[in-house]
This record gives sequence, structure tokens and C-alpha cells, in this order.
Amino acid sequence: MLLIHCPYCKDDRPELEFSNAGEAHIVRPTNMSDISDTEFEAMFFMRDNPKGIALERWRHAHGCGRFFNVARNTVSDKFLKVYKAGEPRPSDAEIEELLK
Amino acid sequence: MTPSSKQPYRAKSHGALNHARTVRFTFDGKPYEGLEGDTLASALLANGVHLMGRSFKYHRPRGVMSAGVEEPSALIGISRDKSNSGARVQPNVRASVQEIYDGMNAVSQNRFPSLNFDLGAVNSLLAPFFAAGFYYKTFMWPRKAWDKVYEPFIRRAAGLGESPTETDPDRYANRFEHCDVLIIGGGAAGLMAAKTAAAKKQRIILCDENPSLGGWLLADSDVTIDGKSGTQWVKDTVAELQANENVRLLTRTTGFGYFQQNMVGLVERVTDHLAQPDMDLPRERMWQVRADKVVIAQGAIERHLVFADNDRPGIVLAGAAQKWLNQFGVTVGNNVGVFTACDTAYAAAFDLYEAGTHIAVIVDQRATVDQALLEQANELGIRVMPNAGVVGVTGKLRINGIKVKTASGSEETIEVDALITSAGWTPSLHLYSQSRGKPIWDEASQRFLPGQSPQACVSIGACNGTNDLATTFAEAAKATGGRAPKLEIENDVSLAGGTIGMASESAETGKAFVDFQNDVTAKDIKLAVREGMHSIEHVKRYTTNGMATDQGKLSNMHGLSIAAKMLDKPVPEVGLTTFRAPYTPTTFGSFVAHARGTLFDPSRKTPIHEWAQENGAEFEPVSLWQRAWYFPRPGEDMHEAVDRECRTVRTSAGVFDASTLGKIEVVGPDAAAFMNIMYTNGWDKLKPGRAKYGIMCREDGFIYDDGVVGKLSDTRFHVTTTTGGAPRVLNHMEDYLQTEFPDMQVWLTSTTEQWATIAVQGPKAREIIQPLVTGADISAEKFPHMSVVECQVCGVPARLFRISFTGELGFEINVPADYGRAVWEAIWERAEPAGACAYGTETMHVLRAEKGYIIVGQDTDGTVTPHDAGLSWAVAKSKPDFVGKRGLQRPDLTASGRRQLVGLKTSDPKKVVQEGAQIVADPEQAIPMKMIGFVTSSYWSGTLERSIAMAVLEDGFARMGETLYIPMEDEVIEVEVEGTVFYDPSGEKING
Ligand SMILES: [Zn+2]
Repeated sequence: MLLIHCPYCKDDRPELEFSNAGEAHIVRPTNMSDISDTEFEAMFFMRDNPKGIALERWRHAHGCGRFFNVARNTVSDKFLKVYKAGEPRPSDAEIEELLK
Repeated sequence: MTPSSKQPYRAKSHGALNHARTVRFTFDGKPYEGLEGDTLASALLANGVHLMGRSFKYHRPRGVMSAGVEEPSALIGISRDKSNSGARVQPNVRASVQEIYDGMNAVSQNRFPSLNFDLGAVNSLLAPFFAAGFYYKTFMWPRKAWDKVYEPFIRRAAGLGESPTETDPDRYANRFEHCDVLIIGGGAAGLMAAKTAAAKKQRIILCDENPSLGGWLLADSDVTIDGKSGTQWVKDTVAELQANENVRLLTRTTGFGYFQQNMVGLVERVTDHLAQPDMDLPRERMWQVRADKVVIAQGAIERHLVFADNDRPGIVLAGAAQKWLNQFGVTVGNNVGVFTACDTAYAAAFDLYEAGTHIAVIVDQRATVDQALLEQANELGIRVMPNAGVVGVTGKLRINGIKVKTASGSEETIEVDALITSAGWTPSLHLYSQSRGKPIWDEASQRFLPGQSPQACVSIGACNGTNDLATTFAEAAKATGGRAPKLEIENDVSLAGGTIGMASESAETGKAFVDFQNDVTAKDIKLAVREGMHSIEHVKRYTTNGMATDQGKLSNMHGLSIAAKMLDKPVPEVGLTTFRAPYTPTTFGSFVAHARGTLFDPSRKTPIHEWAQENGAEFEPVSLWQRAWYFPRPGEDMHEAVDRECRTVRTSAGVFDASTLGKIEVVGPDAAAFMNIMYTNGWDKLKPGRAKYGIMCREDGFIYDDGVVGKLSDTRFHVTTTTGGAPRVLNHMEDYLQTEFPDMQVWLTSTTEQWATIAVQGPKAREIIQPLVTGADISAEKFPHMSVVECQVCGVPARLFRISFTGELGFEINVPADYGRAVWEAIWERAEPAGACAYGTETMHVLRAEKGYIIVGQDTDGTVTPHDAGLSWAVAKSKPDFVGKRGLQRPDLTASGRRQLVGLKTSDPKKVVQEGAQIVADPEQAIPMKMIGFVTSSYWSGTLERSIAMAVLEDGFARMGETLYIPMEDEVIEVEVEGTVFYDPSGEKING
């Protein structure tokens, strides 16, 4: 069982308290009604599923209830960075650094 | 040795057991005596019994091989309960591990009618059919033979032992624990690591699978540590650790699984060794330990030698023989032969000699043997044959001689009554590998060794490939941050050396077993390689080598080496199979712990639940809720009760517990704006005091949930959801609020369990509740359909809705849950004399279906849009955006040919179709037919005196009046397509 750090509770809590909420940094367009089918496909259906660092959303569902983002290494399952919703996506350089 | 009459192989001079403490037990019904502290194996051996089981495939007679958890052969059944024979039966218990207790009842397995005479042994004669891959080859064809011949055969042959036939009556406990250092293994390495860590005041858990700590030191009679015997050093160290409040010592506790972030699963066997366990004790206790640092000190496992008929009872591992002697005071025979490829077996032989056992010969595979060993053997008069090998044995139920191929190539038969063997020691990499560490091949020692684990763990001692005690102590101390202790160690025997693969071959007679439990021979492995299995993962599956309950603890390295030799490849290129949890077989009970029966899942009950129980309701589970299903009167079956309830609601009134409906309070200045995003409907124009049926979609445009929403004020909505959908709807809302619209001033609160909800439906609904309502005018004029008001009911603050899920005049009264039952009873007091009934979910379903009201999840399945469901009227056209708006415009969702929700009437009104049944246009077409839809809801409607059904159907809206067909197993049912509103199509009844 993983231990996950909630950036709002500022505490390591057991995986049981959390639920995964899919890939992070997928922005819902403000002009949602106007986007093309291709844009909708990219936004709603297509996901990266990388081997390495995945940026994904988690919710502290049975805790504070907040959604937040993490950088998780899909090979080792390690949570390399945890950050609040709304904070910027880590740069490629930062991701490179996390992978080391 | 002067054998006592009862335990002829008990050596008085050896072992740590108390000879005054005898224990009585039975094996296959025959009574035996052992000593307190004996394992079943050591006790049977003390009685001269080697034959303990039959093998899986060939039913070969088998004895015990090892003195530990690696035992592949001596698997027995233990029945722990005399009165209740079917429940406390455990198959496949290793005799080498199970401690005996007074009254223990053990039985051998896999034999009929008896262990000495087993009819199944005829399989041995059919051996050619059981070669590697036999399942794949033999049972290929003809197809028809599967049902009658192959499957029954495989089923009879498969499986070891008898399963319990009744529910496990025992209790299992579960504990979570944290520590600085978790040490797995309490031998020399583990104890030294604990001693060092304890000195640094760290919190320590040390576990060991054996009943006592000390590991190999307990079996080694020669080694001294600072002048103390190994046993004494263990005693002193354990006492020191026991006195330390930071140290927790767990014996009979196996570290079976290494999970993420240094979480290790331990199972502690609490009562299996006790004759009469305290009823307060759990049988086993699962520990989930999270450690800062894990020290793996699992030790090493001795390998057997691979030669013809190496499975005969009486052939045991040398280390096991030494342990039985020095720990249990048991000798494996009176005239013992030795076959070895390493030094440790000499120590076992010398110890046996000292205990009075005659050592017939030491056959050593190696050409050069350590001079000191040869001299010691010579002094004791023991014959050593270097550069020789055992190529066969005589005796079936018990070995009585060995055939030795001498250095010169001649063969010689030597009489023995037991043979001890050793091919060397395999470091236990199981937990290291489970921690996702990669085993590294060490060419010099022909072993896989642990490398650097990605987790905070370190391997020490024999499992790290360390061969001697001094280095082990140094590693252990270093592992926990200490300095190598200065200890004087003497007479330590190195674990180095040995061999892997085939030991000695003669003419192709007899079976040389690699894997005892699955009956895999060296020949099988060679055959698999010849037939194209070139990776060990393939060889393993083709031969089943290493796939038995012992997971190949003895066999893996031999199998690998034989395959590698055949392929002429280095061992690491053929690969090592991955180690997976559990390290040893672990009971389901320990995983399940208390989570069974009523404790498996929480059972949610409404405040009115007990009233329903008292009034004879039958219940059905809906998600975790227990809901009143129907209220049968004496003599009524379900059908009659539901018919009556439906009729009563339509003609008089019914009272229904709707408390399980999900409820979410949406509050804040932006509440309406938020509702506009989350639901397909428009909410701006809805006035406070009014309610609306809302549909929630996902972004892809498919229906996610629905429910009536009451607007209490411009900033407060009372949202209801489906019974099962409440948590995911709240999650869905929170997701959008927190991550897409974080600037909206909205707060969401789950209020499902705060409100008890009582629906009163039917023509008499108003007259029943009116006198109970204060603070609101609920007349038809002032309180029309789809209204909500905050008032009092029975003097209790209430949210009163006028809504209907039946098509009749209806109200839903929400009162604080604590008042739920009192208000229900007050309503019931008025309803009953008025001729109303209490009704359950089944009647609710029928009534709503008669009106064509959908149930999300029954009439929709995640691929149905509001338009498909005929609910276009609930989708706002003018709103710039809502979740699902863009999705609904996708080409597939607007194309023709979509499955749309329609009503179906059977041509025969008495015929009720099955929910889920497929619909076709032409029942005469060839199979497979083109299915154009399926039934989603189907009921008998007492009111209409006919069956009704709903279905999703391709282009359903355009098929009104068409005749279609539902092919069933034994008939074809004709149906006519129509609208979904079967009852009161004009909707007049809603006004009473
Ligand atoms: Zn939190």
C-alpha cells in the first residue's frame, strides 16, 4: 500500500484514503461548445500513459476531499512530487530531474 | 544409542527438547508419541517413520526432505476439531513446520486406500503420458472428449489434499504497526542486527517463521562465539532483546510479502501449535508493518541433489538431518549414507556419528575435498569416496541401499537406511526480489545474489550470499549503523560450494526429480528445451517446475541450470523467474480478518428500517443500503403483495421510505451558475419554491445521474441523486468545482443521511398529510406539482416536495433523520385508516415503469444520451455550456441508428419478457441474428392487467407500432413497439 502525501493536509496518509482521478493538466476549454471534434477527442479521450513520469490527479477522498496533482514514476510507483491543484505543470527540465 | 521402545530414533544425548514432556498424536489413525517442541516430521522420524505422503502426479511414495518451510513432499492434512470435522481441516500443511500438540490428528494425502498401498501409483506406469507439456499435448482433441474424458480426469488428478467443507470458524486479526527497523529472520544475522539497532534506541520489530529464534545456530553443535555455544549466544541475545522495551520479537511469524514504500506483510500463527487454544486468541494475526528500514535476514535454503530415484523416503537434506539431531534429538537412520557437493554435509555426518549413527559412506561429487575433512572422516573411520556419485537407490517405500558410481567408473551398491544429501545453499532472494530488487548472477559461486533494492532495505547473512558467521555479524551490525563486533568465532562451517543441475547420471533408469511437489524430472526439463522452450518462464510453465505451493524453493536453480546447459547459454541469459508474494502459503483468513459476514461491508439502514422490519417487509440490497422491497400480508407471495400495493397506491395512497435517495446541498452565490454547468437543464428561470427534474451528463454526453432538484432560495438547492449514485455525483461535482471552476462561490455538502424522506403517493396523499403540515399551504392551487416548501410536519422542521414518481398526486417529506420514524408513524396512523398501504421498492419500480420514468443504470447503461432516453425536453438549448453539451454534438451521438428508449407490449398480454433479452426484427434469420436492441425494464402491471416493458432499440422512436421479436431458448415472443407511458398518458392523475 502506498503512502501518499496530501499537500493540503500536509501529511502522509495511506492509499486507502485517496482515489485516482486520471491525467492532470487537461484543461477544459472555456469555449467548450466551439471546439472541433478533433479537439474534443484530444481533450476527452486521448491519454498519455507514459512509462516514466505520469502527471496525474488524486483526491484525498476520505480525508480533506481536495483534488491535487502528483508526478508519479509509473515504473517504481514512487510519488516524486505532490502539488496543489492550480499550480503549474512541472517543466520538462524538472521532470528530467525527478527521473534521476 | 539405546533407542527407547516408543521413539527408537530419539537420541538422548542430543537436542533441546525435554524428554519428560511427551505429546500424543495420530498419523493416519495410528497413535504416536513425540516430545513437546517436535514438528510432526521430527516426531514421526523419532518413531522411524519416513513415508509421509504420495506425490502429485505419479503417486510416488514420499518422505520428508527438509526441516523447514521449503518442504516439497511431506504435505499432510491436519484436522483441528474433533466435533466439527469439516471446518477445521487444513490440507497441505508441511510436516516439517507443523508443531505437534496433544490430540493432533494428522492424515497423509493423495493416496487411496492407504499410504503403503496406493492404487494411484498406477500412474507411475503411465509415466510416458505425463511428460512435460502433457496437458497441452494429450488433451488437444477430439473436442468432444473434453466433457466426458479429459476434464473429469484432470479434475480428479488435480489438487492436493482435501479442502474444508464448512465455513472457517476461526477468528483472524489484523494489526498495523510502524517501526524504525523491521528485521525479517531471527537467525545469527537478524539477532545481531537487532542487537545493534537496539543499542541505538531504535524501535525494532524482529520476526521469524520458527517457534524459536536463533536460526541455524540452534542446529549447529560445533560453533562457538566468544567461547559460548551458538545456542547459548542465542539465549543471551534474545534475553537482552526481550528486556528492551523498543524491541518487539515475533516468532511463528512469516514475512510473506514486501510491498511499496517498505510495507511488509507478516502473518503470525498464534494457535496452530496449541492443543486447546484460548478462545480469546485469534488463530492468526496479520501485521501490516511500515518500516523506515527493512533488514532482510532470510537465510539460505539447502538444495537437494538430482539423481535417479532421489525422492525415495529416507533421502533427506543433510542440513535437515543435522537440525533434527541437534535441535530435536532425532536421528534419520541407523546406517546413513551421505551424498554431497559441499562441506556442510560433513558436519551433519560427523554429528550423526557422534550420536551413535553408523555412517556407511560419504560420496562426494567433488574431485578434491578439503584435507581437514578427509582427516576427520578418517579418524572416525568413515569411508569417503571423492569424485563419485549416487546414480540410483534401492527400496521403494524406504531406501535400503545406494548405487554409487566410483571415481574409476565402476558401480558399487552400499547398504543404507537413510541418505543425507546436499548440493549447497541457495540464498533466499524472495523478499529482496519482491521489493523490486534485481537478482544479480555471481558466476564464481554460481548463485544469484541481491543487489541494490530500490527500497530502503538491505540483505544480510546467508540470503546475501555470505558464507561465514564473522562476516555475517559484521554485515548485520553495519546494516543497522553499528561497527563490526569483535567476537572470537570458532568451528564455523562455510556455506560455500555446491552444484546446480544434474548431479550424476547413469543409464537412463529411474526418475531424477528436480521439483518434488509437481513431479518434474530432469528429463522433463530437457524435453521442454528440446521442444522449443528457451526462456525459463516458458520452461517453467511447460513443465510446471517451481509452480507448486513451495514455489520451487528447492528446484528453481536446478531447473535453470539444466535448461541453461541444454541451451549452452549462461544461466542469467535463460533467466530467473520472478519471486512473488506470498513467500510461503498464507491463509485467506489472515487476509480477510474480520471483513466477513456482516462485517464484510457496511450495511446502511434508514431511520424507518426497523418499522419496516416490524411490519413484515422483505428487504433487498441497493448498493450498501437495505431497502424495504415489499410488505407481504399473511398468505401473500411477492407477486400478490406487489399487485395489491400497486392497486392501493393508484386507488387510495401508499407510503414509501425514500430516505436512501442521495441528497446534496448546493449552496452559495454561484449555486445557480454551478447547477447550470453540472446539469443539462436551465436553472436561472426556476423560482425559489419550485422543483425540477434534472439530468447530469458526463462530458461525453451520456447520462450519468438524474434526480429532482428543489430550489429553496436563489443561493440554495436541494439536489437529489439516485440511491447508488450519491458518492460519485458528489465527487463529480467537487471535481468540477475544485479544478475547473475554483472561483465559483459554491459549497457542496452530502446530506443523504441527515434527512429521512417519506413519500406519500396516491389520490388520498394530500388528505393524509395535510393535517400534519404547518407553516405552508399545500392546497392544489398554492402548492402545484413540482413545488418545494420549508415548513413543519408534525412540528418538526421539514422540506416538503410535491413530486411524483408514480404518476399520482404525490408528496415527499424530508425531516431530520432522528425524527424519521416518529413522523413516519404519525403519517401511518392517518394513512392506514384511509385505506393506504406501505409499499416497497418493487412496487415503486412497477409504478414508475407504468409511467415510463427511467431508472439511471437500469434503463441507461453509460451509452445513452438524454435524447436517446426521450428526455430532450430536459436539455437546455440556449445555455452556452454545460457538462456534456459539446459531447452531445459528436457525430456518433447525432447520427441515425442510435438505440432509443421505447415501450414494448407483448402480443400475449400475460407474457412477461426477461430484462436483458435481445430484440430482433426477423426471428427466422440465420444465427447469429442481428440484434437491434434489448429489454431494460419488464414488469407485470396489475393496474393494466398486462405485462409492460421498456427497451433500447435502434431508431426506436421511428418504429412505433412495429412488430418485433424476442427469441428465447424455448420460444419467440412477439412484441409491439410503442411509447414508454403505459398508464395515464395525459398525466391527469398527477393532480389527484
Ligand atoms: Zn488532505
